[in-house]
Amino acid sequence: MNNLTLRPDLRNVADWIDPNASVLDLGCGDGSLLSWLSSHKRVQGYGVEIDVDSVTACVEKNVDVIQTDLESGLGTFEDNTFDYVVLSLTIQAMHNIENILVEMLRVGRTGIVTFPNFGYWENRWQLALGRMPVSETIPYQWYNTPNIHLCTIYDFGVLLNKLGMKATGQVVMHQDQKVLFLPNLRGSLALMRFDKA
Amino acid sequence: MTNPSSVGIVTAQKAVFDQPIALSSGVTLPRYELMYETYGTLNENRSNAILICHALSGHHHVAGRYEETDKNPGWWDNMIGPGKPIDTNRFFVIGLNNLGGCHGSTGPSSIDPETGTPYGSRFPLVLVRDWVETQARLADMLGIHQFAAVIGGSLGGMQALRWTITYPQRVRHALVIASAPKLTAQNIAFNDVARQAILTDPDFHGGDFYAHNTVPRRGLRLARMLGHITYLSDDGMGEKFGRLLRSGEYRYSYEVEFEIESYLRYQGDKFSDMFDANTYLLMTKALDYFDPARHYGGNLAVALKDALAKFLVISFTSDWRFAPERSREIVKALLDARKHVSYAEIESAHGHDAFLMEDAPYHNIMRAYMNRVAAEVSA
Repeated sequence: MNNLTLRPDLRNVADWIDPNASVLDLGCGDGSLLSWLSSHKRVQGYGVEIDVDSVTACVEKNVDVIQTDLESGLGTFEDNTFDYVVLSLTIQAMHNIENILVEMLRVGRTGIVTFPNFGYWENRWQLALGRMPVSETIPYQWYNTPNIHLCTIYDFGVLLNKLGMKATGQVVMHQDQKVLFLPNLRGSLALMRFDKA
Repeated sequence: MTNPSSVGIVTAQKAVFDQPIALSSGVTLPRYELMYETYGTLNENRSNAILICHALSGHHHVAGRYEETDKNPGWWDNMIGPGKPIDTNRFFVIGLNNLGGCHGSTGPSSIDPETGTPYGSRFPLVLVRDWVETQARLADMLGIHQFAAVIGGSLGGMQALRWTITYPQRVRHALVIASAPKLTAQNIAFNDVARQAILTDPDFHGGDFYAHNTVPRRGLRLARMLGHITYLSDDGMGEKFGRLLRSGEYRYSYEVEFEIESYLRYQGDKFSDMFDANTYLLMTKALDYFDPARHYGGNLAVALKDALAKFLVISFTSDWRFAPERSREIVKALLDARKHVSYAEIESAHGHDAFLMEDAPYHNIMRAYMNRVAAEVSA
């Protein structure tokens, strides 16, 4: 199978997921995470994707996938259906952030969100120089970016609090390595795990 | 001129069943025949069989040609053949004409052996579950215990869905395309207008027009014209015909003026020459009655509780006769029942007819899914 190697950020997400758990992967792309989880941890789950070619890629990997626009909510899924609901590198491009986070903890017990950290020093530095940041995890120019809701690791924690949720895990990465010291400054990619408070 | 991606020249076969079948309507047919075709080869452990269920006006001639000179191949030839999404190099594919049809299977236009005249109005109504029963008997006859997949679009999708409920052990995968868990009031309404067109045609003679050497051509033609409108999308129709006039100017008459009128009348005429009015009525009623959740308190997830199949559900964005919302109802029920299901909503301007069209994203996902099926049954 082609699931022997998993992207390092997804590998860290996978580390948070217990064997035999049920997982909903929002914006699942080609289904790599679910495919890996299925063969390594006997995880059951569904992917949700908007792009038809990605849906086909999931089908090729034997990953169950539902083609849906996340902006329209998770109405297809009943309350408390999943152990984990994952949203990786998608939230920064969504319109209704609060709604999707609430929906994640409606259909699942634990949420996992990954996003580019706007607080990464290179972004701050470029802003200090008077430019919109363009960096590894935010590779777009301001005029063609799909990202409309960028935030820092600190900001995300504040939002969780506001929604009555609490972080239960945090991994910050840069160039596939974990960043332990000054993560909100030195990390370009954030992985947050959260439950209802 | 052999096309390597065609199943080539095919021959229809007839299966005769002498074991009576008790239909849902309460009527028992003592004997019946089903026309069918097969493509590809059944493997040694008989695990690679695919059943194709047809829609309202379909039949057993699904792929290939009877003669090199045939103008058109079978109705789903773009999907089925060597190297095609449903690959006959790997699968043994069966198409049949359902009971009540008018392409050789026992139906209203067949001769009733008891009277020596066509059944006509005496032919019983047939439900989707009855079709599944007869299809299962055909499978028994061909030595197929379990289908690798049962596949259908529209009314055919309903049969695939019903298979997974009635015979959970006998179907590994169900591909339910441009279908619905039950018809809406609007959809039933369209069917009834079509039926009224036929039933009120003076040539219908209460269904026994055969004895009068006539057919209710006007009614059937109107029914088909109406149906055809609902199978296309507003945009698709606009793109193809717009307001084009045949003569380029208004004639101030009720003759054919707009290209769309010409097209619909042509389709209606062609159809009324080849299709049986009683079969049309019967098929639309089978559509209307279909509601597998009915005996489960209206809960489709409960109806599907014992299904063992894995599902691929596909809808098309511009299909308003079997809208994506209806497919999503099926998907929701399958998710609620914790079944394996994938769902794709294909961008298309072709309305309901899109399920018969060749379209790269649609065929890609069909191919990907069928590859998975093939790997599973070692086809």
